[in-house]
Amino acid sequence: MPNLPLVRPGPTAPPAAVPAGSDPDDIDAVPLRHPWRWVIAMLLLVVFAAVAVSLWQNDNVNHPSISEFIFDRRILDGVVLTLVLTIVSMAVSTVFAVLLAVMRLSNNPVMNALSWLYIWGFRGTPLLIQIVFWGYLGLLYAQITLGIPFTDFSLFSVDTNTLIPAFTAGLLALTLNQAAYSAEIVRAGMLSVDEGQYEAAYSVGMSPTFTLFKVVLPQAMRVIIPPMGNETISMLKNTSLLSVIAVLEVYTVATQISSQNLRQVELLVVVSCWYLFLTSMLSIPQYYLERHYGRGNARTLPPTPLARVWAALRPTQRPTTNRADAP
Amino acid sequence: MTDTTREPDPTASAPKPLLSARKVRKSFGGVEVLKGISLDVAAGQVMCLLGPSGSGKSTFLRCINHLERIDGGRISVDGELVGYAARHGRIFEMNRREVARQRGGIGMVFQRFNLFPHMTALENITAAPIGVRGVPKPAALSRGRALLDRVGLADLAQSYPAQLSGGQQQRVAIARALAMDPKLLLFDEPTSALDPELVGDVLDVMRALAADGMTMVVVTHEIGFARGAADEVVFMDAGVVVESGPPASVLDNPQNPRTKAFLDSVM
Repeated sequence: MPNLPLVRPGPTAPPAAVPAGSDPDDIDAVPLRHPWRWVIAMLLLVVFAAVAVSLWQNDNVNHPSISEFIFDRRILDGVVLTLVLTIVSMAVSTVFAVLLAVMRLSNNPVMNALSWLYIWGFRGTPLLIQIVFWGYLGLLYAQITLGIPFTDFSLFSVDTNTLIPAFTAGLLALTLNQAAYSAEIVRAGMLSVDEGQYEAAYSVGMSPTFTLFKVVLPQAMRVIIPPMGNETISMLKNTSLLSVIAVLEVYTVATQISSQNLRQVELLVVVSCWYLFLTSMLSIPQYYLERHYGRGNARTLPPTPLARVWAALRPTQRPTTNRADAP
Repeated sequence: MTDTTREPDPTASAPKPLLSARKVRKSFGGVEVLKGISLDVAAGQVMCLLGPSGSGKSTFLRCINHLERIDGGRISVDGELVGYAARHGRIFEMNRREVARQRGGIGMVFQRFNLFPHMTALENITAAPIGVRGVPKPAALSRGRALLDRVGLADLAQSYPAQLSGGQQQRVAIARALAMDPKLLLFDEPTSALDPELVGDVLDVMRALAADGMTMVVVTHEIGFARGAADEVVFMDAGVVVESGPPASVLDNPQNPRTKAFLDSVM
């Protein structure tokens, strides 16, 4: 076994110098070394450094314009709109998704079929086409009228493009499409809850609705949240598709700017930086939601990131000593 | 629903039974698991249902609080048909809200405990009184603590089910059922999923309940409990009641060969 001096020196206590009170049966062993991890890490660092240098010395990239545009007023407005679109469409679509999942799992054949049809339609057509459809709804229906079908009676009638501007059309497309996907996630979560939970809830006189909100959904959340975090990150990036109907989110703004100054690569770097930053930020609430809904499942909750950092900074117990549990 | 044939029976000096089952039938996918079960349990009595697995004991228990819909016969608890309501001389199937209200008066304890894992022991007990009955929170909490004390778990109110042993979980489940002040308590093999050394605690709680006059129907394999706590023992096999009577006669002097064979195998 190669005994490379790669681990931190530490107090190399000879077996004779075991502190008083320590059990002589405790094994004082040299921990397993992992020299190849260091070799691979070094190689990767060299590769990364090479890529970084080649990007930095590339004359086709104008670095000052990246820093010029990253906090540009128009870009910042686009970032805010992207975030608003993501949060609103995820929030509203989740409400729809719960409704669709409950309908899909209900004994009512009408609700069941309706939910199935919705999911079939919105999951079965490309999101891009749905966005264009809502964006150009005015071409299909010039006027939107609220009245009684098959009669001349109408309560009001309004120009479609006035009722649904590009922003609303985009929000509608993202929300309705996402609801179909989220509905299946919520349904999977509800199916993961043990049948005995329903029986226990019913046996104490809870109604089906009360059971859903107090017993089933809180338990389903544990299964629902990780894929929903995934969907949220997808949604954040899917908002860039709204450029086809000219919603001024961050990607549309960037393409508009680059069509004037011809700095396409620089603005794509700017936009990518913002997307990376936003997706990193979005994983924070997910972590705390998982902790919240994980209560009662783990005997002790996992530490928060802050607690982990704190634990890593504190000196650990003697790393060279392993307690042997079995002879 | 006019039961004129039985009501004016002059010999019936006993009070009306709290639980009354008449010719209850139930099939699952063409297999008849209950073939006409009839039995009565008077208020304050404890009935133990014994029998081999697959004999229909658990199914019958689940029919009593309408977790299973019966295919024939009738079950009534405290004079009220289970799952059906009589209005204007006709019998209507209850809607889900009416069934839920009715179930509130019939407690059930399950083999696998079925505690709500995302709630503490105390929350498990108080969720239904607060959410279903509208009991004010402070009153429900103090009642919940009193019930936990009664099952010997006063100091574990804030523990989650995963932090409790099986026996402790089952005692919380009993307290949860008691919190709705049920007229009738159903136990579906309450000790079958427990480690042997934890069975005693749960049976002690059940014996105390029986001594307090709670009406109970207990599906169990604990012959010792049946002998000590039951007023009546019913032996079921293949969907029918084979033999019933006081524990002394059914357990110690069984008349039916099937009862005898079963008791020989478990004792």
